[in-house]
This record gives sequence, structure tokens and C-alpha cells, in this order.
Amino acid sequence: MKRLPFAVALMLLFGSFTSHAQVIAIKDAEVRTMARAGIYSSATVLIRDGRIEAIGPNIAVPANAKVIDGKGKILTPGIFAAETDLGLKEIDGVEETNDVTSEQPRYSAALDVSDALNPRSIVIPVNRIEGITTAVTAPGSTKGGSLIAGQGAIISLAGALASDDEPFVIRPRAAMYASLGEFGASISGGSRPAAMAKLREAFEEAKSGGLRLASSLSHESQLSPLDIAALRPVLAGETPLVMHVNRASDIRAAIKLTDDYGIHLIITGAGEAWLVAKELAEHQVSVLFNPTEDLPAQFETLHVRQDAAEILLKAGVQFAFIGGGEGGPRNLRQVAGIAASWGLSKDIALAAITLYPAEIFGLAETRGGIEPGKVADLVLWDGDPLELGTSATQVWIGGIAMPMVSRQTLLRDKYLKRLKDKKND
Amino acid sequence: MKAPLVLGFGLVIAIAGGLAACGKKPQKADDSAKSAYISTYAVPVSGKVLIRGATVLTGIDTKLDDTDVLLADGKIAEIGKGLSADGATVVDGKGRWLTPGIIDIHSHLGVYASPGVWATSDGNEATSPTTPEVWAEHSIWPQDPGFAFARAGGVTSMEILPGSGNLIGGRGVIVKNVPATSYQQMLFPEAKRSLKMACGENPKRVYGEGQHRAPSTNMGNVAGYRAAFAKAAAYRLKWDAWNKDKKGAAPDRDLGLDTLADVLRGNITVQMHCYRADQMVTMLDVAKEFGFKIAAFHHAVEAYKIADVLADTQTCAAMWADWWGFKLEAWDGIRENIAIVDAAKSKAGPSCAIVHSDDPNGIQRLNQEAAKAMAAGRRAGLDITPEHAMSWLSANPAKALGILDKTGTIEKHKQADVVLWSGDPFSVYTRADLVWIDGALRYDRANPATQQDSDYMLGADVDEAAAPAGDHP
Repeated sequence: MKRLPFAVALMLLFGSFTSHAQVIAIKDAEVRTMARAGIYSSATVLIRDGRIEAIGPNIAVPANAKVIDGKGKILTPGIFAAETDLGLKEIDGVEETNDVTSEQPRYSAALDVSDALNPRSIVIPVNRIEGITTAVTAPGSTKGGSLIAGQGAIISLAGALASDDEPFVIRPRAAMYASLGEFGASISGGSRPAAMAKLREAFEEAKSGGLRLASSLSHESQLSPLDIAALRPVLAGETPLVMHVNRASDIRAAIKLTDDYGIHLIITGAGEAWLVAKELAEHQVSVLFNPTEDLPAQFETLHVRQDAAEILLKAGVQFAFIGGGEGGPRNLRQVAGIAASWGLSKDIALAAITLYPAEIFGLAETRGGIEPGKVADLVLWDGDPLELGTSATQVWIGGIAMPMVSRQTLLRDKYLKRLKDKKND
Repeated sequence: MKAPLVLGFGLVIAIAGGLAACGKKPQKADDSAKSAYISTYAVPVSGKVLIRGATVLTGIDTKLDDTDVLLADGKIAEIGKGLSADGATVVDGKGRWLTPGIIDIHSHLGVYASPGVWATSDGNEATSPTTPEVWAEHSIWPQDPGFAFARAGGVTSMEILPGSGNLIGGRGVIVKNVPATSYQQMLFPEAKRSLKMACGENPKRVYGEGQHRAPSTNMGNVAGYRAAFAKAAAYRLKWDAWNKDKKGAAPDRDLGLDTLADVLRGNITVQMHCYRADQMVTMLDVAKEFGFKIAAFHHAVEAYKIADVLADTQTCAAMWADWWGFKLEAWDGIRENIAIVDAAKSKAGPSCAIVHSDDPNGIQRLNQEAAKAMAAGRRAGLDITPEHAMSWLSANPAKALGILDKTGTIEKHKQADVVLWSGDPFSVYTRADLVWIDGALRYDRANPATQQDSDYMLGADVDEAAAPAGDHP
């Protein structure tokens, strides 16, 4: 007997769940497209094969479509979390589950988080049911580790429910990560110039194909052949370098350094970016920052200010919001809402957690907006998506309706039932 | 508060208890400590303020539409409609919401100040797991710029605690969130001090893992609290006996046992950091064994699992809206924690849910944390109104701190600690417009001069003042 190929058998088993053949029509919702079409006060969005097929007020709904009533609700693109450790860490304080940082200095640039990403992370559904659909998962720097932390990846929060067409790891090795400023100095022997020299040396070594600089021949090389291979696309300007940097003078130094090598720079942290907005715009450097980190919490963020987003916007600097604190990336929409409370328009605030991060990481052709041809990563909200009382009523990733369940909702239901049973005693 | 003394220069000085103790012989082991370290908080003289036509959340489960509130002599003088007062500064409250000032029961402002460097890391005396002899107030740096940020978020009082590295971390203290050059100028008059204790992973990690000494386990933690309180019980008996007739030499003084004995006497509240449900229940047993009361569990990430026990024992829980997962004991955190604790019913009395920050960013937006908790509760089918959720931010923390008779609600004769918000305080877009503490305007969103008083921030913007934003060489 001819055996059924395993993948086909799986499709037959689970076809109804993961198949893209289904056509979905989300009807009569207010649609914030984050695209040229702007906002429809009421429209139908048609999804086929995991992609958005059509959008408009007068779209014909095919007879076989699963119809979702969006009346009174707001549809937006899924939230794109531009800097997370999703899939790379379960619990910060449980070492066995935490692969964000490495104290192993043998490798640096070669570290590739996609080697470790776990689509079944418990943390993924917790964020997914609150509207996060795409995330950049970044390696972190740590004391005893390397100045160059390694390569991050872009993942789909469909996690283990991702399909072959729209896989869990959307783009491995999407960006290289490194640090300057106070932290970069602290892991480079204690000074900023030392950190700069180390980075320069690494870039020179990678540029010259592993032939170390004459001046550094007496030293151990910082880089392995794998590190050098990983740095090549960065030096070719193909893979962006995300540099953690806060102080205005450090941002300026990062711009100068990367300019010398033709590196595509993105800065993160960026507490004082507003002070150098003009230069960031001139060099087309994008900025990832958390506008709610508003304290002078370090000497290098003494000039942080709450309306930085507005200043960057006016200067023509591309930015995306990161953060969410110990609540996780699911709080990004609150972060955006707070930025709006400090004067940023609500549309821009929403763009800073949807379209802008997609643009910054080069995924805007397929994500970050609701347009025909784009991946159907969508969230239906029961109110203003930035407002605290609002929740996601349904999330689709790659056109698949995600189960609106997480370990947290299960815990909630278990103990709410106990409380109610006790009341009825 | 004693009758205010008018000391000239336009200052009315309210002195916390202590003057009365001068000249008397010590009555208890630490009476001399009670006559020092007293409040020198000075309430600036301010005229009457009439806030007209605001939506008022009183903090006692009521919402009053289009209502006037009169502040006079540092107190809430009148609440009603169509109020008038001669010479009062009238503030238009139309479209705005007035609430009690927010009270954060768990802050480390001043003891872990900004900038976060070694020199400002003063919250954990991590040299012994049991340090009841240290007082957080002796670490408070009043120049922490975080105080002003919290004020901009409507926080009028807070409890500043030692960290949670120790089983018994030391005394906490309640302050009014006013600019000051010494912590004594912030001390909340006539409020009890507290004792910070901690369950779980932190003490066993700091000592067992970090220093290879006890405690290294949860059972080691519990043995540590019990050993300390067993000593304190004996110490208390010795001193109480001597205090009766003062015959013979006084017993030797022990600063740590002074604190613990005052816990046993009920003069110091217990504020207990615990995450897990089972550990909270064990701590209730420890408290029962030694006869003290735990005022509140802090963080209490699993409080929802024992909401009934907390209500039955009339123990408050101070919680985050959504922090979870950063360590194993925080893994079971859920968004509905606060709402479920709140929903528990008991014959012993009302439940006591509190929203706390433990964070210099979170303290700026505690109203938003409450909003998220309220929304989560509603989604789970619990009926929570804004006027009820307000109690999580003011009345309940005041209750757990023993200051509810003085502040925490908008009721006649209470201290005039109130916040006028630009709108519904449970909206992400709302900001605090005006903050009064004891009737004195301490923050005005429209007036930068009222917004940051820290010496640390002085000089930071010398260059910015000379050139427009984004245009620097």
C-alpha cells in the first residue's frame, strides 16, 4: 500500500485549522489600513489564502466565505513589536529557559537567535491574544559577553500554528545587534573609546576577510571565522546593525562609525535621539525607543523628554516604539497611547507600532498595513486600539484565526470558577 | 496632626507628634528615637480653592457629576453643588475629573533614585538576611527627580520601602510627595512606620545562591522570620516588664528588636513582599504564631488563588495590573488578579485590592494600571465601576497604611490631597492637570516652574535653552 506522505496526512488531520483555502470576510468594521487608503469608517476586508484580497465599502462577499461581523469594531493591522525576546525566553529568572544573552565571548556576531527560537513558547499566545502578530526577537548584551551580541530574527506570533507559506521564523538573521554608550563601555574595559576601538577593529577584520590588522596582530582576534561571515552582510549594508545607544554624543559617534563602513544603522534605546534629530534624518537612521522611559534613569539619558516622538517626526526621522515593561510587548499599544497623550497624533502613534516597524525592518511590502496582497495579520478591537479599556476580540495571523486562549486565560477561568463555586456554597 | 503653629514668613508648620515627648523620660525602649526623626513637613499657606463642576470620584465608591469641591486650610471643606467661598481661587472643573490623590503603597523612590548608579543604590542592606534595624528613610535622597515625575502622575503620598533582598528588610516610611531637602520635610505626620519583609526567591537567591549562607530555601526563609520574632517576643516581654516600674538597670537596647517588638505591639504595620499563594498562606500562619497582623501582601501575583483567604483574614493585596513571568514565582500572573481579589466576599469585611507600582515609571501612571485591571475584570464578567476602581488607588492603600482617617478619599475634613485630571483618569489620553497636597498646589501641568524641583536636573538644559530642539552643533 502506498503510504500517504506525512505532510499530506497532517493536512488532512488538521486541514480545517491551518488551511488557507478558507475565504474570510470581515464585514462592516471601521478599518484603519495604515496604508494609502487611510481609514474606512465601514468596509469589508476579504482574506484569501492568508493574504488580503480586497478592501472597500462595496466588496462582494463570495458564497463560501466565512463572514465575521465587524460592526461597531475597529480593524487594524497586527501590532509589530520591534524589539522583544519572544520565543527566546520563557522566564527571565529561570536560566534554563533564557537564551537571550550569552556570557560566552568566543562567538559574538555569529550568534543567531533563530537557532534557539521556540514556537511553542507559553509567552507567545499571551501576547498574541492582545494583538501582537509580528515580533523582532533580539539577542541581548550582558556583562562578560560580547559587544556584538549577535543576530536577531523576525517571527510570526502564529508560533506553532504558523503555516509553511507564512512560517514562524519570517526572517532569520534580520539584524545584527551591538551596544555603545555606558553599557558598551562597561563590557569593553570601562571606557567609551575602548568600545569604539573594539567595534572598529572587528569591522576592519571582517572587511579584510579575516586578515587581522597589522596593529592587532599581537592580540587575540575578537572574531571567529563564523563571526566574520556574519558581519559581511552588515558591512555590505544588506543587514542592518541595531546599536543600543542613548547619549546624543554616543549616537553621533555611532553614526560616524557606521558611515565609515557603509553600514545601515538603526539605533535603539535612543533616549537623547531628539537632540540629534537632524543628523539622524540626514543619515536616514531609524530610531527604536520607548517613549514611556521618561526618567533621567542613567547619566546617558539626562536629556530624555516625553515629547521626543513629535520632535523626531517633525525632523523626518523614522521611528518605532518598543517596550511594554514587565507586562510584556502586549503593552505596546498603551505605550503608543501614552505618546499620544503627550501630543503625538493617534494615527502616528498607531503607525509607530504597526507600519513604521515593518518599514524599518524592510517588511512593509507584506506587513504593517491592510492592503491587497499583504499578509492578513489583522486585529479586530472592541474600541479605540490605543485605549486601556479596549481588547482584541479576534486576531488573525497569515489569515488564520488565532485561538483567543493563553495559559493566563486558563488560569483565570480556573480560579474564577472556584470563586463563583464558593459564592454559591 | 497637632494644631498648626504659625511660624511667620507665611508658613504654617504642621509638626508631627514628637514635641510632646520632649523633656519626658523615655517610656519605652525607643522613645528617644520617636522624638527624633520626626516630621518637619511644612504646608505652605494657600488660600481657599474652589473646584467647580468636576466629575468627582470620591474614593468611597461614589461618582458625583458636576460637583464643586472647596479646599480650605489644607482640608476638604465642602463637597456639593453651587458652592461659593469668599476669596477662593476658582478652578473650572468642567469636563475634568477630580479624584483623591493617588497613594502608592510600594515605592523605592529616593532609595533607588535616578540616576541608577552604585551611589544611589541604597535600598537593600544585603549584608544580613534580617535587618529590622535599618530604616528606609535613612536612605531617601529627596533630590531623586522621580518624585516630581510621580507628582505629575497624581501621586500625593507614598510608602517608601527597603528592597526585598532580605527576609526582614527594615522599616518603611510614608511620605507626602512634596519637594524637600531632607526626608523629614516629607514625612507624613503622625503615620505609623512599617516593616518590610520578603518571601520567596529574592532572599534565598541573595543569601543562599549569592553568599552561600542561610536562607537558601523557602523553609530556610520561614525559619528566619520565626527565629527573629521569637527573639523579639522575649525582648518585648523584658522591656514591657521593666517599663512597668523601671526598677534596676534597663535591659540592653537592640535596634532591630526595637522594631520587631513594636510590630508585636501593633505600632508598626507589616508590609510583606510575597508572590505565591502558598507562601502567603504560610506567612499568615507565621503572623498567627507570633500575634502580629500583615497589613498587606505586596506584588501578590497569585493573590487571585486565595482571594477568599485574603478577604477572610482582612489582609490587603497590593498588585501590578499585568507584570508577570520575570521569575518563576511570577509565572502565574494574570491580568484579572486585582479584579478577582476585589471580588472576594467575606463576612469579615470588604476585600482590599490595591494597585501599586514598585517602579519609578509605573508610579507615574498608576491610574492607567487601575484602568487595565478594571478592563480585565469587566471582560471576565466582574462588574467594576470607575468609582469603585478608584478605591484601589487611594482609599485601600490608605487603609493598609493606617492613614485612611487622614487622607485617601474626598470627604469633608480629610487632608486636601486631590488631583484634577484632564478627563476620565482611566483613559490613556488623560493627564493630571493640577495636583494639590494638603490644599497647596504642588503641580500645574501648565506651569513648568511647578514641575521639577530636583537639584540633580539643574543645568541639564543650559544649552537647550540657548538653541531650539534638534538644532544643536
